[in-house]
Amino acid sequence: MKAGKFWAWVVFILGAAYFFIPLIATVEFSLRMRRGVYSFDAYKVVLGDSQFQATFIFSVVVAIFTILLGVLIVVPTAYWIRLRLPQLRPVVEFITLLPLVIPAIVIVFGYIRMYGSNSPLPFLGSNLGANALLVIGYAALALPYMYRAVDTGLRTIDVRTLTEAAQILGAGWGTIITRVILPNVLIAVLSGAFLTFAIVIGEFTMASLLNRPAFGPYLQNLVANRAYEPAALSIIAFAITWGCMSLIQILSRFAPRSANRPN
Amino acid sequence: MAEPFLSIQHVRKSFGATTVVEDFNLDVAPGEFVSFLGPSGCGKTTVLRMVAGFEEPSAGKIVVGGKDITKLKPNQRNVGMVFQAYALFPNLTVGQNIAFGLKVAGMPKPDADRRVAEMLDMIKLPQMADRYPYQLSGGQQQRIALARAIAPKPKLLLLDEPLSALDAKVRVSLREEIRSIQKKLGITTIFVTHDQEEALSISDRIAVMYGGKAEQVGTPFEIYNRPATKFVANFVGTLNVLEGKVTDAASGKVQVNAQEVSLKGKLNGSKSGDTLSLALRPEAISLGRQPGHDTSLSGEIAEVHFLGSVIRVRVGIGGNTVSLDTFNNSATPPPAVGDKADISFSSGDMLVLH
Amino acid sequence: MTDLSLSNKAIAGKTAPPAEARSLRLPTQWLGVTPFFIFAVMFLILPTLYLMLGAFQNEAGEFTFANIVALFSANIVAAYWISIKVSLASSLIGAFAGLAVAIAIVRGGLPDWIRSATLTFSGVASNFAGVPLAFAFIATLGRLGLVTVLLNTLVGLNLYAHGFNLLSFWGLTITYVYFQIPLMVVIIVPAIDGLKREWGEAAATLGATQAQYWRMVVIPVLWPSFLGTVILLFANAFGAIATAYALTGSSLNIVPILLYAQIRGDVLHNAHLGYAIAFGMIFITGLANIFYIWFRTRSERWLK
Ligand SMILES: Nc1ncnc2c1ncn2[C@@H]1O[C@H](COP(=O)(O)OP(=O)(O)O)[C@@H](O)[C@H]1O
Ligand SMILES: [Mg+2]
Repeated sequence: MKAGKFWAWVVFILGAAYFFIPLIATVEFSLRMRRGVYSFDAYKVVLGDSQFQATFIFSVVVAIFTILLGVLIVVPTAYWIRLRLPQLRPVVEFITLLPLVIPAIVIVFGYIRMYGSNSPLPFLGSNLGANALLVIGYAALALPYMYRAVDTGLRTIDVRTLTEAAQILGAGWGTIITRVILPNVLIAVLSGAFLTFAIVIGEFTMASLLNRPAFGPYLQNLVANRAYEPAALSIIAFAITWGCMSLIQILSRFAPRSANRPN
Repeated sequence: MAEPFLSIQHVRKSFGATTVVEDFNLDVAPGEFVSFLGPSGCGKTTVLRMVAGFEEPSAGKIVVGGKDITKLKPNQRNVGMVFQAYALFPNLTVGQNIAFGLKVAGMPKPDADRRVAEMLDMIKLPQMADRYPYQLSGGQQQRIALARAIAPKPKLLLLDEPLSALDAKVRVSLREEIRSIQKKLGITTIFVTHDQEEALSISDRIAVMYGGKAEQVGTPFEIYNRPATKFVANFVGTLNVLEGKVTDAASGKVQVNAQEVSLKGKLNGSKSGDTLSLALRPEAISLGRQPGHDTSLSGEIAEVHFLGSVIRVRVGIGGNTVSLDTFNNSATPPPAVGDKADISFSSGDMLVLH
Repeated sequence: MTDLSLSNKAIAGKTAPPAEARSLRLPTQWLGVTPFFIFAVMFLILPTLYLMLGAFQNEAGEFTFANIVALFSANIVAAYWISIKVSLASSLIGAFAGLAVAIAIVRGGLPDWIRSATLTFSGVASNFAGVPLAFAFIATLGRLGLVTVLLNTLVGLNLYAHGFNLLSFWGLTITYVYFQIPLMVVIIVPAIDGLKREWGEAAATLGATQAQYWRMVVIPVLWPSFLGTVILLFANAFGAIATAYALTGSSLNIVPILLYAQIRGDVLHNAHLGYAIAFGMIFITGLANIFYIWFRTRSERWLK
């Protein structure tokens, strides 16, 4: 017992060191732009850079559209699978796990070859099309996370009973989805949304290969050309990820508790 | 009692500032089946876990077979334990689960196999050796858990609400099975439950616990008929409690709803004018005057529940309600709500609660 | 379209009324999942299949194994090899370290806040990849990184003089471990939580030592989730590109970077060889998963 606790502390402290030292080093480095003193110059330069602003806003907008697309695809599917087509569950789950097996670079490579400007579906023939394809690709990348979040949410609220109760009370399908199901899985959907946001905001591979002016390629470019700004941006990126995860944590406290598993 | 096999002496347990078990004393004879009965949170599990060695007593000691085991580790105590949630190892088959204790003790495989078969026969699941726990019903899993606990021939068997997760029918049949196996093997057993019927039906003795203390230790008969405290009286069995006013302390006269009851010297210390709580078991009361019953009270039928073989009648006597059961008799229709009725009982059956 | 459905209905109506009811209900049943399947086919399955097929075709569209054979050129084999090594090393280190951390926070008797703080942090760090991560390690273990400099000035240990290089196999592995450990923690903590306290207590009353309990129960129970997570970590590292690209540019020749360069500029001068590389990547991650599924069905009959 005593020895176990000692080793638990040792493991924890070693782990904490491994995870915090790079962060500390990056913070330290990001503050060194002005010679001899610590300053926030690097952050000022980065935040004032019009390219930073443009690419960041672009990525935020893409993330929002990705979330919307993801919700539109995942929520009805997960709901329907729980309610009517449980026999399709293995197939759907297998598909949602594919993006964890097929690397993003392969998926986007396929897009480039299939949806090029000379293809029957020339997504890449226009800017709008390319942006749409980027959103689609991100929705595919986020699929495993979105699906799992929503499916877990549906499991805890027992959709079938809720739906039947609503039907007995005379509710139509539109009412059931918007007034009964969505409010109850909202927390789960939001968790999936923030996770999607965290994945999308700094993504490099897809954005770069589709030639989109996104935040990820901008960052990549900055590393090659600048010294202190990338450090500041790394810290900003970490803070954004942290923010998303904290929001998920806070949200999970509001999530409905499952009736059959009170704890 | 002859030399006790298990002796729990002045045991106290605190978690931080809260004391969960206080001055707990109990001697258990060899081969005896003792139940801990009490409401949830009263410390039953904590005492059991101290006997098993998972919690260390803050004070006191635990002696088994004349040896102080208070400081011994759980895996050196040679006790068998059965848990509420079965706790079968999910990765092992039924046979491997039962053989677990034999294997870690280094028993040769042929001997262990024989013992496992013997255990499976004992719990009447001889074909199940190769199943996995998830393929069994709750009742079957709990019987496997029992066989697993007994297989290494422990000196002491501890069961912590083993039947609580099962449905009513299985609960009754399994408790009888546990009792008969226990008798056959003569293994000293502590059985934790919050279900009084369970405790009354299978125990040699019951320790009724409340707030970390043993309120009363006795045979089911004693516990039921001579509860030592108000808590025990209330917790064990159904009890009708009536408000009474002492009219004449010297001769033991009490009034219930302005009707006189003579209690003959059981008032210990109450003065005239005091109010008392008087208790009556439903089965001590009859509807109407009965030969042998020296006391009667008049009231009005408040509720009638037809339960099949018995009819449960509730009679209002002023502000008190008294529950009693009468046998169903196809010749007599049950009383109707609102009818005037007398109840009668023997004043010796009336308890004064403290 | 309209015609067809009408005639279908007419036929069904004539021959078998119950079948009509079914054929009418089936489409509405499936309507709810249609968008999902269209999405999956168009943007997940077909693009992948397109590359898979392309890997077995030549420029003229004829079937050939030439592209696959061409994968076995020294340059490409080396890329696969280093990718596999980095992915395997980072997933194994990440898995064992993550398991240790998970056990420490769940079973180690540490204060409660450490558990919740570690889980939140793991959620963050498992998604912390790409350029920011690469840069954090440049700032730590690069030639002018904080740890490099501190070790040199305080202890007199010059990492780079001892052959360490962040832009190498070990450098990349240490960097990848940063998101691998937390990913392991996030996935395995629920599995460890699933170990019932009563199992340990039952084992103890049956006379088992802690070591026997671990060997006979804990490890067999955790093993499937552990192995599954290792496979996931492997795939996670195998497909990662941004971190390595930011860290090493194209000086470390791992498969995703090779493929990236090929897509950008056809550096291999053979489009179908690019397909073959993509095929090889899926082949390897797919193989890992098939191994996992096979293993699981073969040895874990106790799993529902
Ligand atoms: N490890 C512990 N730490 C703090 N309090 C505990 C612990 N274990 C039990 N308790 C408290 O001790 C009391 C008695 O618990 P328990 O013995 O489990 O009751 P029972 O089994 O009779 O329901 C409860 O109030 C419970 O909250
Ligand atoms: Mg208990």
